Amino acid sequence: MTSSASAIRAPQLAVRTRAIAGRVAAILILTGAAVLLAVNLFHAPVLFFQSAVIGLGNGVLYALIALGYTLVYGIIELINFAHGDLFMLGTVFSAFTLGGLGLASSNIQGWLGFVVVLVGAMLFCAAINVTIEFLAYRRLRRAPKLAPLITAVGMSFILQFIGQQWNGSTQRQWPSVLPAGHFTIGGVNIDRSLIVVVLVTGGLLATMTWIVTKTRAGKAMRATAQDQDAARLMGINVNRTISFTFALGGALAGAAAIMYEQTVGTTRYDAGFQLGLIAFTAAVLGGIGNLTGAVLGGVLIGLIQGLNDGLPYAFGQEWSQSVVFTVLILVMVFKPTGLLGQNVGEKV
Amino acid sequence: MSFAEPIPRERKPGGRFRLRGRFTWPLAFTAAAVLVFIYYYLDTLGYIFPGVSDTIREWVPLGSINEALIWTMAALGLNIVVGYAGLLDLGFVAFWAIGGYVAGWLMSDFFSMLNINILGNPAPFIKGGIHLNFWVVLVAGAAVCALFGVIIGAPTLRLRSDYLALVTLGFGEIIPQIFHNGDDVGGVNISNGTKGIQPIDSLQGLVVNAEGIGFHTMGPFDYLSRYIVFVILTAIVIFMSLRLRVGRLGRAWLAIREDELAASAMGVPLMRTKLAAYAVGAVAGGIAGVAFASHVAAVLPDRFQFSISIILLAMVVLGGMGNVWGVMLGALVLAWFNSTGLPQIGNSFNDTFGTHVNFPSYSFLIFGGTLVLMMLFRREGLLPESRTRLVLREPERTDMEALGSDMEEQSPELDQIAAPPVADDRSRS
Repeated sequence: MTSSASAIRAPQLAVRTRAIAGRVAAILILTGAAVLLAVNLFHAPVLFFQSAVIGLGNGVLYALIALGYTLVYGIIELINFAHGDLFMLGTVFSAFTLGGLGLASSNIQGWLGFVVVLVGAMLFCAAINVTIEFLAYRRLRRAPKLAPLITAVGMSFILQFIGQQWNGSTQRQWPSVLPAGHFTIGGVNIDRSLIVVVLVTGGLLATMTWIVTKTRAGKAMRATAQDQDAARLMGINVNRTISFTFALGGALAGAAAIMYEQTVGTTRYDAGFQLGLIAFTAAVLGGIGNLTGAVLGGVLIGLIQGLNDGLPYAFGQEWSQSVVFTVLILVMVFKPTGLLGQNVGEKV
Repeated sequence: MSFAEPIPRERKPGGRFRLRGRFTWPLAFTAAAVLVFIYYYLDTLGYIFPGVSDTIREWVPLGSINEALIWTMAALGLNIVVGYAGLLDLGFVAFWAIGGYVAGWLMSDFFSMLNINILGNPAPFIKGGIHLNFWVVLVAGAAVCALFGVIIGAPTLRLRSDYLALVTLGFGEIIPQIFHNGDDVGGVNISNGTKGIQPIDSLQGLVVNAEGIGFHTMGPFDYLSRYIVFVILTAIVIFMSLRLRVGRLGRAWLAIREDELAASAMGVPLMRTKLAAYAVGAVAGGIAGVAFASHVAAVLPDRFQFSISIILLAMVVLGGMGNVWGVMLGALVLAWFNSTGLPQIGNSFNDTFGTHVNFPSYSFLIFGGTLVLMMLFRREGLLPESRTRLVLREPERTDMEALGSDMEEQSPELDQIAAPPVADDRSRS
């Protein structure tokens, strides 16, 4: 009797030990990170905030890209690998149009051009994203999960090919129409272009939240995300709603693209791969499928990366990617639902 | 109306290529390998007409065959993970890199403070370092890769399929970066950084060249001698894949691939089986890594890029996930195409039409397009395994959808079971 009872209890015990061990490991890792940050903060406070500001600037762009991942994942449970490369095409598009319009300085024409190209890049990326969905993902919606995922990887390569043919296989430098220079608060330099980026991003995020929560299309999106068949029975055009979601994600990527191109000043055909992965990490960190989570995750990943690259006691820039991917792996291992995601359980 | 009826068999795709019998494919592989060997041996002895010899050397050089064999080994390893067990691994290049660096550590003067030589073959001018025999290094590389497969797999394999892909991708980026920045990891040089480790000891063994046949050190241009080694290695990996596939472990992998939940209900230990898939796949990756290191006589960190993982995936998908021979053909064809075929076709195209199209720059389009088109139109690959074809053709749907509530797209094979085709004009959009 006792042996069978203990045999029944044994797996439970094992599960609990594993959970406790996992929690202890997570706490240790977080404590380690906190100590590292605190040491840096006391050692070099100005550098700390400077790195944080740089990281924040990247973080809001990551947030915009991460939203594209999270929107698409939320509605059809597909990791859209091609999203990062869509972003890259957006940078190339905005660079070439701004260059083609002959705008290279921050004046009235430059500003107008920026707004026009911003809208143009958003439309451009939205159109590409919708086309990809229409041509490829739509046919695979009922297929096993591996199929659309591999298709997305293939699409990512095709987009990289387009970028490579368009932009050339090397990095290109471009002038910026955003205001140059910076101002200083307490020894921390803040780029003027960063203000523009944060403002535009904030506006876009507000607009998107409004679309998703207040409009009919947003309601249809949420319904489709919950249950496609039920949504269809309620008279929602599911195909159109999914296309709309892809358009929204693409538009955000386009906006992120022009701002990245304008702040960093370069385009490269394989830039989208790394940035896309970072943004995806951000989406996972925040809880994939959760819009607020994507923004939070983007800013956090930007901060982590900025602090790692800039701080004296950190891994340094050459380990930047590894740090981000380690964060991804740790989140996956310890909290696969992310910071704000709910545990919905796997659909069987 | 019964769902127990089998799905009507469709026309067998690629019926011409479907060979019957257990031994057909192995014999075909052996025959092809022997034919290539005989041809190139005659070629080295100078018995082939110069015109024929030049054309063949231009279009199918032995070096690119060797490289294609190495790709085949790695693709077969990925096939075990993706094709057998259904776990999408987008960071397979990590194992290739680990295998390569194990060869770098154990077959060169990298650890120059040590002086170990166990049946090794250092070049005359090299002093110090670890020099183990190639076959010992092969086993070591495979073992280290298996260990890393378990280390990578253990915390991540309980994730869902698409998350798992991302985590493996993360490892596939981190591990090459560790080697890339490895000249100063906490003050220790583990990989020489971007310079890489070179030269790597050349192989010792059966050398076949114009001067005759004998057992001694292979020179840098003894492609034919290395070809023998690589064919043997490929045969070992193929044998391993085939035998595992029919055994208990292989059946457990297929069960997991087809339905994880049902498999675990039938008593398949999920974690252990998945870890085994990772470890075995990694072993093949490690063998490929060691072989590649000795093929190019160097390990350079910049070679281990994400695109390699994707090319390997394209090979597996093109050939037919789960089918060893399909994957082998896919790997040989794509590897040849990537290294020799595309530039050659480009050259002859440009010569014929007087254009200046840079064909190698189209490789992104070709590999991406391969993946997309295969997934859209022929998900089971060119040479499918019979089981995979059914699984991938079968749409995932609930009972209600199978009965026809799904207005979006209908699947004729299920409709035929559910209801005989009568006058039925539901909207087809």
